[in-house]
Amino acid sequence: MPKIVSYSSRNSRRAGYIALQAGLVVIVGGLAYAAVVNAAQNLAQAHIASGFGFWNNTAGFDISQTLIAYSSSTSTFGRAFWVGLLNTLLVAGIGIVLATVLGFVIGIARLSRNWLVARLAGSYVELIRNVPLLLQLLFWYNAVLKSLPELRGSVALPGGGFLNNRGLFLPRPEFGAGFGYVVIALLFGLAATIALRLWARRRQDRTSEPVRMLWFGFGLIVILPLAVFALTGAPLRFSFPDMGRFNVMGGVEILPEFAALVVALTVYTAAFIAEVVRAGVLAVAHGQTEAAQALGLRSHTTLRLVVVPQAMRVIVPPLTSQYLNLIKNSSLAVAIGYPDLVQVFAGSVLNITGQAVEVIAVTMAVYLTISLVISLFMNLYGYALNVAGR
Amino acid sequence: MTATANTAYLRTTPAERLPPPAAHGGLVGWLRANLFSSLGNTVLTLICVGFIAWAVPQLLRFFVFDAVWSGADRDACLASPANPEPGACWAFVRVWFSYFVYGFYPYGLRWRVDLFFVALAFGIAWLAWLSAPRRDIGAVYFFIVLPILSYVLLSGVPLIGLASVPTSLWGGILVTIVVATVGIVVSLPLGIFLALGRRSKIPVVKLFAVTFIEFVRGVPLITVLFMASVMLPLFVPERFAPEKLVRALIGVALFASAYMAEVVRGGLAAVPRGQYEAAQALGLPHWRMMALIILPQALRVTLPNIVNTFIALFKDTSLVFAVGIFDFLRTIEAARVDPRWATPVTSVTGYAFAALFYFICCYGMSSYARGVESRLARAHRR
Repeated sequence: MPKIVSYSSRNSRRAGYIALQAGLVVIVGGLAYAAVVNAAQNLAQAHIASGFGFWNNTAGFDISQTLIAYSSSTSTFGRAFWVGLLNTLLVAGIGIVLATVLGFVIGIARLSRNWLVARLAGSYVELIRNVPLLLQLLFWYNAVLKSLPELRGSVALPGGGFLNNRGLFLPRPEFGAGFGYVVIALLFGLAATIALRLWARRRQDRTSEPVRMLWFGFGLIVILPLAVFALTGAPLRFSFPDMGRFNVMGGVEILPEFAALVVALTVYTAAFIAEVVRAGVLAVAHGQTEAAQALGLRSHTTLRLVVVPQAMRVIVPPLTSQYLNLIKNSSLAVAIGYPDLVQVFAGSVLNITGQAVEVIAVTMAVYLTISLVISLFMNLYGYALNVAGR
Repeated sequence: MTATANTAYLRTTPAERLPPPAAHGGLVGWLRANLFSSLGNTVLTLICVGFIAWAVPQLLRFFVFDAVWSGADRDACLASPANPEPGACWAFVRVWFSYFVYGFYPYGLRWRVDLFFVALAFGIAWLAWLSAPRRDIGAVYFFIVLPILSYVLLSGVPLIGLASVPTSLWGGILVTIVVATVGIVVSLPLGIFLALGRRSKIPVVKLFAVTFIEFVRGVPLITVLFMASVMLPLFVPERFAPEKLVRALIGVALFASAYMAEVVRGGLAAVPRGQYEAAQALGLPHWRMMALIILPQALRVTLPNIVNTFIALFKDTSLVFAVGIFDFLRTIEAARVDPRWATPVTSVTGYAFAALFYFICCYGMSSYARGVESRLARAHRR
């Protein structure tokens, strides 16, 4: 006779689930409670304060790169936190842009019909992906940038810059009174181009006559701001770096730590993005290209209208996780002393205050927030792509 | 018949033979198709050839022909009349080699490390060779026997005559391998549990699993290591505070588990629904269904991804430098700045050696993953 699961046995299974859950909650809660009690005891023994009272205390340490005003004698730990966070965002932002460009170029090169180009791009990906980022970072920093000539033997760059083992010194642009108008003209040009483009697309949908956008866009985005720039009397000067005896004065200084981090993150992440791009393009069925050609589309139009939109749908999710990896990997800055969030906050601030729990919790919360926000935006974008594609 | 013969547009004589295509096959044909198919392609090819002709001889010169292979100190690797532009200083690597492998592990006891390497290689070979006999025993060996054996060998048990060696003396490739192995041994089972937890229908289990996975995946490894190294000692009574290496191991293992969980989850999702239903129809209870039907298939499908996670883990072991552990890369960093070997090429040589080591290990693993993938694809097609 087949065994029939009776109502009571289902009930008992249900009771088992509830008991399991309750047990789990009790165990995890108990562990957490024990951890908190132990931490309180250990902290009290070591005479370490708790809470975020330290946030407004004077920091008292220097930071080599600050995007906002910061001084070791007056600024607070909270200020140091923001300095570190901005440095992280700066390096990650630049890294993401450069890695995307390089990654797409290499990913497409890997698909090239030219055997040599495909092989070179493949070797790049294999070499870079199989060597730890930290090793590459140390290589760029210690073996390349730190072995540049010293101050005296600085390499003079065309356009008035210097390159030596203390960094890259470039002319600093100084904006005059009328420069605001140039920016306004540029923004206007961008907005007008977008509006024009929308109109052109609607018109093409209605009449199927394409509108040549290139020259309008060029005029609005490039010529218009340039004209305003000339009319307002070219309100842009450069302050050139000056070679002193012991240091370089003036100009913009790009720290070798910053440069090494950007180069290492770009080179490393680009190899992964290249694979993402390659997989995305390969995922577009070959029949799609053939169908487009059968309809008489040119190869450029096929690429733009048929292959890329479908590939992007495959590319966006893994591309997002590569961006997130880049942001998280920027924390390797601590190895070469670039003042990012981890180096400044989880390094210096933690060492001075000793408040490990608060400092680590805040640091992790920042990365978690960044991750969640970027995933959210990329999900929205991916959703829009999917909707548009259907 | 006559009608066709009279039709003007039909040929009556055979067409003249065309000459064969200039070069469609052979080397020339291949070159034409792959390198010189158009003007743009020809330019690209020439640029690439130029780049290779510029880079490869320089690399060969630096790393092989002008390299210094033996010597006792920095003088060997400095510019001299005999070698005006010295290349890589392999003599430096040779002198420091045992430090790179063992760290400060006592000389007389290094056979224990060697034995550990052999035992590990044996276990990996057993598991990685897909048609090896009794891979189930291999799994028991790798996940239960090997960790105990390794602990006995490396840390030492004075009771059975193996002098104990504190972890502060461990270093180099030994530590890198230990961290990676512990990460693998812990993260695979823990990752499977987390993945099952995430797919569980029990809300609290699912909540814990999702929270843990998403939290760990959202933060950098360095912060996890910091947490393990700074906060862990706070959370336990003082006398139980684990030592430095153990703390880092816990951090790495937890970090890897979260990533492994997502990989295993992908494999679980790839198992067809019918397999679950068939197992349930046979009356298998949940855990036996998972262990006997679902997991074997899920793990097989996702094996290439598991290996890729191991590769990432292996590279990430270099981050333990941040909590003051002398892994392989850290020993390179320490040796590189030794004043007795201070030459312009020492750093590059050290990094090249490290890159070679990591490349061989990671490339080996990824080749294996590709091999498994193509094998799976073949099995799938059949």
